[in-house]
Order: sequence, then C-alpha cells, then structure tokens
Amino acid sequence: MPASSLATDTAQLTGAQVIVKALQDQGVELIFGYPGGAVLPLYDVLFQQDKIRHILVRHEQAAVHAAEGYARSTGKVGVVLVTSGPGATNTVTGLTDALMDSTPIVCLTGQVPTHMIGNDAFQEADTVGITRPCTKHNYLVKRPEDLARIIHEAFHVARSGRPGPVVVDLPKNIQMGKAPYVGPEAVRLRGYHPRREPDLARVEEAIELLLRAQRPIFYVGGGVINAGPAACVLLTELVRATGAPITLTLMGLGAYPASDPQFLGMLGMHGTYEANMAMYSCDLMLAIGARFDDRVTGRLDGFSPHSKKVHVDIDPSSINKNVVVDVPIVGDAELTLLAMLDCFRRRANEHDPERLTAWWQQIAKWREVDSLRFRQDGKAIKPQTAIKRLWEKTRDRDVYVTTDVGQHQMWAAQHFKFDKPMRWLTSGGLGTMGFGFPAAIGVQLAHPKATVLCISGDASFVMNMQEMSTAMQYRLPIKTFILNNQYMGMVRQWQDFFHGSRHAESYMDALPDFVKLAEAFGAVGLRATTIDELDPVIDAALAADRPVIVDVVVERMENVYPMIPGGAAHNEIKLSPEDNGPHEPISEEGMVLV
Amino acid sequence: MRTNEEERRHTIVVLVDNEPGVLARVIGLFSGRGYNIDSLTVAEVDKARGLSRINIVTSGTRVVIEQIKALLAKLVPVHKVQDLTVEGPAVERELALVKVVGDRERLIQALRIADFMHARLVDSRPDSLIFEVTGTSDELDAFIALVEPLEVSRAGVVAIARGPKALLPDQG
Ligand SMILES: Cc1ncc(C[n+]2csc(CCOP(=O)(O)OP(=O)(O)O)c2C)c(N)n1
Repeated sequence: MPASSLATDTAQLTGAQVIVKALQDQGVELIFGYPGGAVLPLYDVLFQQDKIRHILVRHEQAAVHAAEGYARSTGKVGVVLVTSGPGATNTVTGLTDALMDSTPIVCLTGQVPTHMIGNDAFQEADTVGITRPCTKHNYLVKRPEDLARIIHEAFHVARSGRPGPVVVDLPKNIQMGKAPYVGPEAVRLRGYHPRREPDLARVEEAIELLLRAQRPIFYVGGGVINAGPAACVLLTELVRATGAPITLTLMGLGAYPASDPQFLGMLGMHGTYEANMAMYSCDLMLAIGARFDDRVTGRLDGFSPHSKKVHVDIDPSSINKNVVVDVPIVGDAELTLLAMLDCFRRRANEHDPERLTAWWQQIAKWREVDSLRFRQDGKAIKPQTAIKRLWEKTRDRDVYVTTDVGQHQMWAAQHFKFDKPMRWLTSGGLGTMGFGFPAAIGVQLAHPKATVLCISGDASFVMNMQEMSTAMQYRLPIKTFILNNQYMGMVRQWQDFFHGSRHAESYMDALPDFVKLAEAFGAVGLRATTIDELDPVIDAALAADRPVIVDVVVERMENVYPMIPGGAAHNEIKLSPEDNGPHEPISEEGMVLV
Repeated sequence: MRTNEEERRHTIVVLVDNEPGVLARVIGLFSGRGYNIDSLTVAEVDKARGLSRINIVTSGTRVVIEQIKALLAKLVPVHKVQDLTVEGPAVERELALVKVVGDRERLIQALRIADFMHARLVDSRPDSLIFEVTGTSDELDAFIALVEPLEVSRAGVVAIARGPKALLPDQG
C-alpha cells in the first residue's frame, strides 16, 4: 500500500501497516535490516512505500552498528529491523554496544505468533528475556491495540534522558491482524520522567567552587555530545570564559575543539601526560557527561586525591557510582551548561584569571614532556604517522572517522584531532571489534557527501568484512585504512607487558590479501608498505568514488604510549619503552583488570 | 563502589506498573550486578491504575544502596522508590505458615508456644499442626526456632511508612 493511502484509511490497517506508519510519523528515513520469516509482513509493507529507505546489511550485528553510526553522526534515533530467533540473537552485541555508549536505537524484532510463544517453535527465541539486560527498555507486543503506542514509546524512551537501545518484539500474527493506529501523542509512560532541569542551587555551588579554585579542570565525556551541538557550543563558551583547562574522554572527543590551547588532550589509560597529571593534581574537577569509567580513573584510591568534585549527568545512577563527588547535579548537559554559564557571567567580577597562572605554568611543564611523541625513522610506516598524515590530508574536508578496537583506535584518538562533535565514532564502553566498518556505513548514508574514514586493524576488520557487500550495493565510498601489524596488536602489547611476551594466539596467521579482498567485492584495493608510498596511497583513496580498502603495512611491534597500567594511578603513567621510572611492578589487583 | 564501610540491611519499597516482565527487570538488576536480595514480595495494590508494589529487603554499604535505588528508579515501569530504612520510621511485617509434626506431647508443646507467641492454628490433624504467624522477621525467627517445625513457608517482608506519608503515584 502506498504511503498516502496508509494515512487516509487508518481503520483498515494491518499491524505491519501500523508499524510502518508509526515509523513514518517518527520521521524515520532509514532502516538497517535483514529479512526472515517472522518479519515478512513488515517487509511487504516497506516494499510498497517510498518514505523509508531500507538498507540491507549482511549480518544483523552490523545492522545495529550501522544504526549506531547513523544515530551518533546525526543525533537521531537509528532503526533496526530483524527476524526472530537468530536474527534477534545476532543483534545482542550491537545492542550492548549501544547501551554502553548511550546510543538511541529502536530495534524491531520478528517473533513467532503469540499462540506459539513458549513452544520452542522454529526460530523462536526469548528475545525480551535475552535483551532485557542489554537494552534501556524492551517490549513484547501481545495485543494489536498496544502496537502503535508501543512503537512511539520506544522512540521516546530511546532518545530521552540517557539515550539507549529499545527492542520491540513483534509476533507475526500481530503484524498480520488488523490494528488501530494512534499517533505519538498516545505515549503513556507514567513512571518515566527523566529529569532535565538542573538544581540551580547546586549550579551556584559549582560556580562558587570554580571561582575559588586555584587548579580547576573540566573533565568532559560523550554525554555532552549526546546533549547536542548546542551543548558543545555552551561548553566551549564556559571553558573559555573561565580560562580553565579541559580534558575529554574517548567518547567525548570533538565536544571541545582539539586545536584550542585550553585542551589538554584525551585522558585515561592512553591519555596524554598533561591531562592525567592535571586530573591527579587539580583542586576542582568539573565532570560533565562523563562516568568515571575505570579506563579513565585508574586505581580509584589514587584518583585525583586532592580535588573537590562536581558531577553533571542526566543519569542519576552514574553519580556516586565509582567516585563519590561533592556536588552532584542531575540534569541535561545543555540546560546545565546554560545555567552554569549564566551564573558564571553574573559573577564575572569575582573571577580573577591571574589565580590560574601557576596552574598553567605547571601544565606547560607537563606539556613539554610531549607524551604523544614518536620517531618516524627508516622506511617502515609508524602507525602514528599513518594517522597523522590521514588527519593532515583531510583537515579541509567534511570528515567523519570510525574505528575498531585495539592499538589503531588509541592512535587514532591520540593523533586525529577533532574540532567538532559527532565526527568521531568509536566503541568506547564495550570495546567491540567489528564496530568500525558497519558504523561507517551508517555515517556515509546519513552524510552522502562527507569523507568517511574507517580506521581499523587487521584483526578487527575481518570481524565484519562481509559488510563490504553492503557498501558496494549502496555505492558508499568509505575509505577503510587497515593499520596492518599482523597482530592483534593490543593483545600482543598486553602480553609483552604483563605475560612475559608469550604471544598466545595474538598472531594473525593466514590473513587475507586485503587488496585482493577489496577487488573481490568490486571495491578499490590499495597498499602502502613504505613511508614513501603512504601519501600517494592516501591521495588515491580519498579520490576514489567507491569503497576503498587501504592495507597500510605498519611497524609490527609498535606499542601505544603513554600507558597507565591497570590498577595504577594517574601519576604512575608510563611514557615509553625506556621509561622504567619510579613505577611499582603491576599489582595483583591490577592484573585482574581487563 | 567497593569500600570498607559497613553493610546495612535496607527495606526498599517500589511502586511499579503491573506489566509482564517488571519483576524480571527488578530481579535482573540485582543478579546482574551482584547485589543481594534477602526478601522480595510483590502484589498488585491498585487495580484501577494497574500498579503493583514490590518490597525488597537488601543489604549493602551506603554507596551500594544509593546505586540500587538510582538503578531501580531508572527502570521505565518504575514510578516511585522509597527507602524505609532511611526515610523511616516504618512498620514491617511478615507472615509464615509453619508445620509441626510429631506425637501428642510434641504437638501440645507447640500449641502452648503458639498461644504464648500469638500464632494462629489454621490446620489440625492427629499427627500435624499448621500455624499462621505474623510479626516482624525477628518474631517469626523466634517462633520457628522454638517449635522446631518440619516445614516453613514465609511470605517475605511487607512494609509501610508510619504517619501520613505515603508511596503514591504522581497522577493518573
Ligand atoms: C569482539 C571482540 N573480541 C575480542 C576483543 C579483545 N581485543 C581487544 S583489542 C584486540 C586486538 C585487535 O587487533 P587489531 O584489530 O588487529 O588491532 P590492533 O590492536 O592491532 O591495532 C582484541 C582481540 C575485543 N575487543 N572485541
């Protein structure tokens, strides 16, 4: 049925038509999906309309990552459609990834008809049971009259408060029977009212501390990016007005311009020396939209021991979870930053920029250490050089970067500089290898004219390389750069550091020839093996109008520095292989950390 | 967060939409994060509005209890969370059915204890008795210890705040 007739005669709609109409009314443009028996009625309706475009992936996990790429680069809800049983179970990694990184996703799963649920029917799985712990909320629709309302609720829950994935399980008979349509105004979530407005007295307290602090620092995470570009603008204004330094988490990169002199770089396990030392030594920490993740805090009893802490978060359960703070503020980052900026401006006469002079002098000393330095000598390509050249050569472009997980991810975070939010998409919380390429598909579909780079590793890329087929089908000119060290590099690094250099199963034997692999899909395959080949290959990749895989053969044994070993504190950072400084051997407690 | 602070027993009451899966969400929150449930009861308390009340007895440090409450409040079908141990004072009661088996002498002994501890006889056979006993968990423990029963069925703790304060939904 064409879209127009869907709208007119809503009394006669089938469940599948109601679902599609609800998606249309939610403004959905794209669905990432994969068909199967339990969702054929829905596919039949999608086929007969032209408002929503369906993107056929090659594995359901990739559908979720692609939807995440779409969502995180646009700020809209990403939508997934899969069949029952294996279709649904294949989404679990993606849903968990979206939950950990607070990404708004609505995932529609087919289900066996209601009268067969519980019978171990063909392709039956307890989808709501399996996905309960890996979604923000989920639904099994059992009555046609609940269908439209539940779809609208799913969108509302996914995008409001702390965003996250929502699963709606749709038995086939519900899709096929008649169902009434109701619009988004029917949403009736009686107990769900996430708090957005901050407590102004607490905001005042935070600014009071800021005006008196000698060594303040802003510690900002992905929550500010989730709050939207306006929140990032307010953050930049506030940080500049206060003259304080700022560090960003892996998920927060781009929330504040990397080129700004007040930016100290990323913090945490592979963060810069200045960011980690400043976090350790500050007397006031303003945490905004960040969740004191263990990769950020290091050893908790050594975490910023001398500071007062303010924590702004939309999620009350993130506050006082890992670190007890002095001023908790529950609220949306945009509204809270606006209130903070207002308050700061009102009291601008109390602000003495001179009081920060000594702090900035100390920071300048830490900066001199130049903790991200590396030596590009000889012919072999240093992975850091590859990232640096890629950044330099795309600086004037409208560029988006996705990554997989491992050393390449950390080098990308360190050496690719982001001045704008929503340009950097990486799996931070779950650390999902195989995220990068499908996420790039979602990004490129949302931004057809942009330059979309996927920075990957030889092991990670193979985890979702079937999606090359999707990229070809929709002519998506994604540029994948595989930093090929023929190792699961990050695993090898940990084995070298903590397990006596015994490289158990971290060697990638029998890797494909990535150039031929690209060509087999009909894409462009390129390779750089020496430093002289790097620039020309980047240029050729950027010029291509089809998907490209660039096999960048890099120095095999390079390690990521700086590094705060597990269970160590921020001031116990290791700067280079030669740095055997005043460090304790890694503790037993540290060894058990992941 | 792991701290050396002492663990305390808390009675938390939660008002939820009476819908499928809501109890699984609450239990999953505890099991998935390694928190204890000492006692749990659930029943519909407002048919017209479709609301159930869950009473949970759990133990943890102050920080863990705060985290549990924040996580409970975050669940979509949860309306209200109240920590009666902190926001008290409150009345707590539990009910148990207690079966005592034995010879005449043993049963007479049990009847005496029941009489003195206000347990009600609800079933009587020549060789077995069933008592219904209501009271605080400590009172139940004491009764059970004295009568040395064959079998016990306990309902779990139900609790309510003293005074005019109440756990009610916002509207609707
Ligand atoms: C799905 C999944 N499985 C296992 C891991 C553990 N892991 C973390 S990094 C890594 C190695 C990644 O190797 P590669 O993609 O080649 O990147 P490199 O570290 O060499 O840059 C592994 C196996 C993971 N993060 N995700």
